[in-house]
Amino acid sequence: MSEFSIDGRPVPFTEGQTVAAALVAAGRVAWRTTRVGHRPRGVFCGIGVCFDCLVTIDGAGGQRACVVPARPGMNVTTGETMTTAATATTAATATTATTEEGDDD
Amino acid sequence: MTEQSDLIVVGAGPAGLAATAAALAGGLRVALVDSGTVVGGQYWRHPPEHARAAIPTEDLHHGLREYRALADALPAARAAGRLDLRTAHHVWSAVREDDGFAVHAADRREAPAETAVVLRAPRLLVATGAYDRQLPFPGWDLPGVLTIGGLQALLKGGGVTAGSRVALGGTGPFLLPVAAGLAARGAEVVAVCEAANPLAWLRHPGPLLRNPGKWGEGAGYAVALARHRVRVRPRTAIVRAEGDERVTAVRIASLAADGSPRPGTERRIEVDAVGIGWGFAPQLDLLVALGCDLTASDDGNAVVAVDDGQRTTVPGLYAAGEVCGVGGAPLAVAEGRLAAESVLADAGTAPVPGDPAARAKRLAAVRATVARQRAFARAMALAHPLPEAWSEWLTDETVVCRCEEVTAGAVRAACADGGAPDHRQVKQLTRAGMGWCQGRMCGPTVHCLAGRGRPYTPAERLVATPVTLGALADLDRRNSPARTE
Repeated sequence: MSEFSIDGRPVPFTEGQTVAAALVAAGRVAWRTTRVGHRPRGVFCGIGVCFDCLVTIDGAGGQRACVVPARPGMNVTTGETMTTAATATTAATATTATTEEGDDD
Repeated sequence: MTEQSDLIVVGAGPAGLAATAAALAGGLRVALVDSGTVVGGQYWRHPPEHARAAIPTEDLHHGLREYRALADALPAARAAGRLDLRTAHHVWSAVREDDGFAVHAADRREAPAETAVVLRAPRLLVATGAYDRQLPFPGWDLPGVLTIGGLQALLKGGGVTAGSRVALGGTGPFLLPVAAGLAARGAEVVAVCEAANPLAWLRHPGPLLRNPGKWGEGAGYAVALARHRVRVRPRTAIVRAEGDERVTAVRIASLAADGSPRPGTERRIEVDAVGIGWGFAPQLDLLVALGCDLTASDDGNAVVAVDDGQRTTVPGLYAAGEVCGVGGAPLAVAEGRLAAESVLADAGTAPVPGDPAARAKRLAAVRATVARQRAFARAMALAHPLPEAWSEWLTDETVVCRCEEVTAGAVRAACADGGAPDHRQVKQLTRAGMGWCQGRMCGPTVHCLAGRGRPYTPAERLVATPVTLGALADLDRRNSPARTE
């Protein structure tokens, strides 16, 4: 079996599988967080139509994990850390704004 | 860039493969383009050649003899320079030009890297197939809930079962091979919920009687499912999926005649994966943008209008397979052959090889197959309709548009009091259909919620699949070699 990495952790795969197939085979069904509800998402349509399974591969964003064949040494990132950071920033800004508004009153 | 082709075929599923084989046999030079890494489409999805020993999938297929006959014709044609085979090429646009068509694709053989490619030919055949039609229900956005086509793709393409306890739901014969395939690979298929009443087939017995091939296929699944003790529950639906970070259970309910859940029949089943499919939605992106006339199909979809030779209303443009009406692989193969015969007749560049009488006889047989299979497809559509009252299982919080996370409550509010009359207007008001998938998933649903009774016509999508600006800029640079530093 070969390996690629997702967020730094190794994922084994059989040559010929897509990134999504390898992740599902490894027991992982979710690898993305939605922007609005912060809900977990993974593979849904499995054939490149729904875009639920988006990942970043070797630095290229917006890749559909279900159509990209896994290759040894591929560096897959989910951006979850990034999303969380962005969300935290937004939340912090919102809190600050509310506080300032409150102060004005 | 390779030599000029006489015909570009987009889609290497049953229809595109059959058309390519027939066009090559007739002496044409063909470019065959598909987004998959190997030919076969969704129906004959295979792992790449080098992986077939490690990922055996032969037993999951039907009609493999036909697939091999079609696929085996390709290498010799490639070697002879008459076939330009472009796998892992994602077509993002097809446009009319003065002397034919230009097909724009992103070559993703080295994905995630991509290179823009333009193919040109006087004639174009679009055989882009279909994808699973979805109806939302509470919890359908939980990880572990997939389309049945998605479950099948993981299985046929990667040898992967998405769960160990799986419930399937929706309507149509496609539920059966998916259940049988999962069971064959060791998954426990705990429920197959078929919303329709199987007796509905008896209202149109003719097409069933005239297609004995379908009985054999059906009987095969029945035996396979019985062997694995999988029960198909007619007039039943999955009305809710439960779980937190992933699906852990479904609630299923018996359906009344109008498709509404019958009170008191709901029961909970623990699962770790779910598959849903309500028939199929044809992949019309290229055809809509090319300006073809559409027509209504019995399954509620708009499909491309073709004449009795698979010619669309745009001169030089042909269509075959599910884009002309969902009907399964044997119909797609026959339509592909018919389309190729029309291309040969219309091109008229050289006499078609072979005995004209034998050719006429063959053509008549193909036409008869198309007529018989279309009658079957119509009976299938009428026997497996979307349940009239399906929207009753939505709550206001149910996500309808997965990309933009627009709820059923928001869509209903947009449609209330004579508001938005169709899915386009709902999109402007709520963002439903504005996300990554461009309404491919929620379009049919929003259409149902907004304006019942008319066939679903997808929005025009000028870019059929995302392509990077870098790849386009690179193409521009390659096409202007004179412009150097």
